[in-house]
Amino acid sequence: MTARSLVTLELNGERREAWVFPHQTLMEVLRDDLGFTEVKYGCGEGLCGTCAVLLNGESVNACLLFAIQADGCAVTTVKGLSEGADLHPLQRSFLDHGASQCGFCTPGMVVTAYEFVREHPRAGREEIRAALAGNLCRCTGYVKILDAVEAYVRSAEADGSP
Amino acid sequence: MTAGVDARTAPPAVPVAPVGPPGELVRTGETFRVVGTSISHRDFEQKVRGELSYADDWRMPGMLYGRIVRAQLPSALIERIDRSGALAIPGVHAVLTAADVPRNAITEEASGLGMDPIVQPVLAADRVRYQGEPVAVVAAETAAAAEDAADRVLVDYRDHPGVFDPEAALAPDAPLVHRQGNRLVEWRLERGDPDEALRTADAVVEGEYRTQFVDHAYMEPEAGVGWIDGDGVVTLRVATQVIEHAREIAQILGVPHTKVRVIGTYMGGGFGGKEDMTIEPYLALLVWATRRPVKMVWSRQESLLARQKRHPFTMYYRTGVMSDGRIVGETVRIVGDAGAYPLLSPRVLFAGAVTAAGPYDVPNVRVESTAVFTNNVPTSAMRGFGAMQVVFGYESQMDRLADQLGLSRTEIRERNFIKKGGQLPTHEQLDTYVAVRETLQTALEALDEEAGSGDAALDGGDTNAHYLVGRGFACGIQPYGRSRFFADRASCWMGLERDGSAVVRIGVTDLGAGQAASLAQITAEVLGVHPDRISVHIADTALTPLSGGTFGTRQLYMSGNAVLKTARELRDKLAPVATSLLGVDDPAELEFADDRVAVRGGADRFLSLAELSGAAEERGVMPFHLSTFEAETGHFDVRTGRGQTFPDFTFGTHAADVAVDLETGQIRILRYVACHDVGRMINPQRVEGQIQGGAVQGIGYALSEEIRIVEGIPESSLFADYLMPTSADVPDVRAIPLEIGLGKGPFGARGIGEPPIAPPAAVLANAVADAIGVRITELPITPERVLAALRERRGVGADRERGGPTPA
Repeated sequence: MTARSLVTLELNGERREAWVFPHQTLMEVLRDDLGFTEVKYGCGEGLCGTCAVLLNGESVNACLLFAIQADGCAVTTVKGLSEGADLHPLQRSFLDHGASQCGFCTPGMVVTAYEFVREHPRAGREEIRAALAGNLCRCTGYVKILDAVEAYVRSAEADGSP
Repeated sequence: MTAGVDARTAPPAVPVAPVGPPGELVRTGETFRVVGTSISHRDFEQKVRGELSYADDWRMPGMLYGRIVRAQLPSALIERIDRSGALAIPGVHAVLTAADVPRNAITEEASGLGMDPIVQPVLAADRVRYQGEPVAVVAAETAAAAEDAADRVLVDYRDHPGVFDPEAALAPDAPLVHRQGNRLVEWRLERGDPDEALRTADAVVEGEYRTQFVDHAYMEPEAGVGWIDGDGVVTLRVATQVIEHAREIAQILGVPHTKVRVIGTYMGGGFGGKEDMTIEPYLALLVWATRRPVKMVWSRQESLLARQKRHPFTMYYRTGVMSDGRIVGETVRIVGDAGAYPLLSPRVLFAGAVTAAGPYDVPNVRVESTAVFTNNVPTSAMRGFGAMQVVFGYESQMDRLADQLGLSRTEIRERNFIKKGGQLPTHEQLDTYVAVRETLQTALEALDEEAGSGDAALDGGDTNAHYLVGRGFACGIQPYGRSRFFADRASCWMGLERDGSAVVRIGVTDLGAGQAASLAQITAEVLGVHPDRISVHIADTALTPLSGGTFGTRQLYMSGNAVLKTARELRDKLAPVATSLLGVDDPAELEFADDRVAVRGGADRFLSLAELSGAAEERGVMPFHLSTFEAETGHFDVRTGRGQTFPDFTFGTHAADVAVDLETGQIRILRYVACHDVGRMINPQRVEGQIQGGAVQGIGYALSEEIRIVEGIPESSLFADYLMPTSADVPDVRAIPLEIGLGKGPFGARGIGEPPIAPPAAVLANAVADAIGVRITELPITPERVLAALRERRGVGADRERGGPTPA
């Protein structure tokens, strides 16, 4: 049996360690070993975006990365965006706009949108549409997701705090 | 599962109509407090937090992992199965084959009309009938060991002739998929004398239309965890639309029904794909054999390759019309590919037959709808359920008729729309108001509005342009609720707690469309309990009264009515306690609202619901209630094809403008409007969400989605080659729900789960025909097919595709 290696992650702001096999993906380790079940298995081939997380601030599909490649990195899941009982304003906007139906794509969708808006704080609807094209949703037809992200951008602009 | 209501947003009072008998127009005036508002719900907050525990998110101590060994050939005899290699792998606890299944049969009688069931084995014994059919199932300590073990189960096959095309399968010398013959079912409906009507019609339009296999492709693959509970009960916590499968699972295990418990999780989408059993029997067998908790999750590849699909239909339409636009006769022949096992094919072809003439009153009509066995992957329920495919047929026909007669495309439809009292091909009369005309007018006005002033954006007359622009629309009829001959029922238990909060227990499963949330809103409306003080416990065969699965757009109709009935009866049970304490004679003087019961107009005469609950119990009036809603029943005669089918129908119209790229064949949807009469909205935001999401699934079906199956071998096993719409592929669908004709759901609601997926294929085929002057009759309408159509138009290059483009 192949030897396992120790991987250290800063996971939603907390230092976590895991012994992983070389073939284990980051998704498997987050979901199965560390219990971060908000990282969803949707296709395992990097095409649906349900396992999207932020790796050192950049959104990646956790199914396409070996866990050992993430050693020493900061990983943020959707749970890392909310603070205790308080939803992140982007999550709040998803809730208010009915942007989740079954909710299975939501964790990946929210982190992808979060990263994009952080990098493009004045993004318009068409830019948001293009940015979310890697995250499939089978329920909503995307309209309410775009409504939610766009409203978040506009309110962040109004607050002057992207 | 428990859900509560989040009512941070205080439900504003909105003026909506009183409830009249079904079929009356919705009138304005009365005020609802909770129904008709877009309040959120706790399960949605859990979703945006990433906290909701789906089927695959659950773990048990000492859990094993299960994996299915699937047939690698579409038609073969099993000579021998060698499991020694698999059993030799460390950590493998079970390798089960057909001989290990106590009762190796799934025998649901799918038609509901007493046909002889064809048995589907849980694990194939001596023969495999489709590629991907389960042959063995293994359990091991780790998922990796289970996968290795599955690979090491060696199956020796001997070739056996197969048949892969449904029309070829009907030939007398075709290889038999089942010894009973390849014709699974043929429905025949007839009204009037269609042959004579077609003979004497001023014009007859013939069309042949073909649709494809598609996958539900919900984001959550099939998953669940099973274990044996304290009382020896095999307990399965699974993503399923139908917890009532517990009975079938018990039969497979050979145990009493009460020894299997199914807990349905909140699902990551279902769309009909979790209506038949998926992992359940395999999970149950492994739990039973190993006495250990077991998890099973199907990979996406497995799900795409081996789980049931939507039926491809071939549809032959002949429609006869008089010069004034009246349709006088029509014949429709439908052949649907059932794949290798019946599943729900009889019912799918039935729904297709009943709605084959569309929302039109056709006085002379014959429909023959046949489901045929092949050695393709089985087909079964998928959102739209047979009533979807036919929209592509009948709405393509309507545009052709308009062109033939030189009538406008709205005129031809308006002349033939069915009305309340009009008849379907089954001779049954529609008994609620039909607002299809209103949806057509609304959709077209809205599309004009979206397009800006007038039709400027539609000026696609210049054939030298890079693009041609066209407009299309399609109207649809979709049933909601199960066929009447099933005598459908849904039960609910409701209680008022000591503190005035309310508990609802009901067996409904939640697909993600807010099924549980809507029930909380209905409860709040009737009992006056604040929505955030209501808990709805769903989907547990051991603890919740059964209410039937979530399918066939039946859940709001059935469970919604069950909750409404139970809540009203509980209120009526408690009312005498309140009248005696408040000193009024007539319970009608009471108002249940704002967590209290008050005397109407008597500002200070009230009891809190907590006080009412306590007072009732002191008097021996228990503050809880169990009730059952029974759907309208009816009889259908298979021989004559006459009788009553579905309780009611939802109508709608979708309309779109498209630009067709003449060089690439690419279709860009410029704007899309979807309008349905929903009778009454329980939650407008969720109704809109259903319409938008359904329309986009329908757009995928129209333009890009296809599971290509060649000689029984599916060619699409990855999302990389199963092309669902992304956010960048589709415009913002403008959803327009109308509240016009009261339906038969709670407060007059009509079902809206399935209807929005049905029209898009016809809308886009009609828009493309309008743009380029050539009609495409085979789905999906890919760029390749558009280019072939354009070549045809230019007269260079022949149409080589069967059922391909025909000059309009």
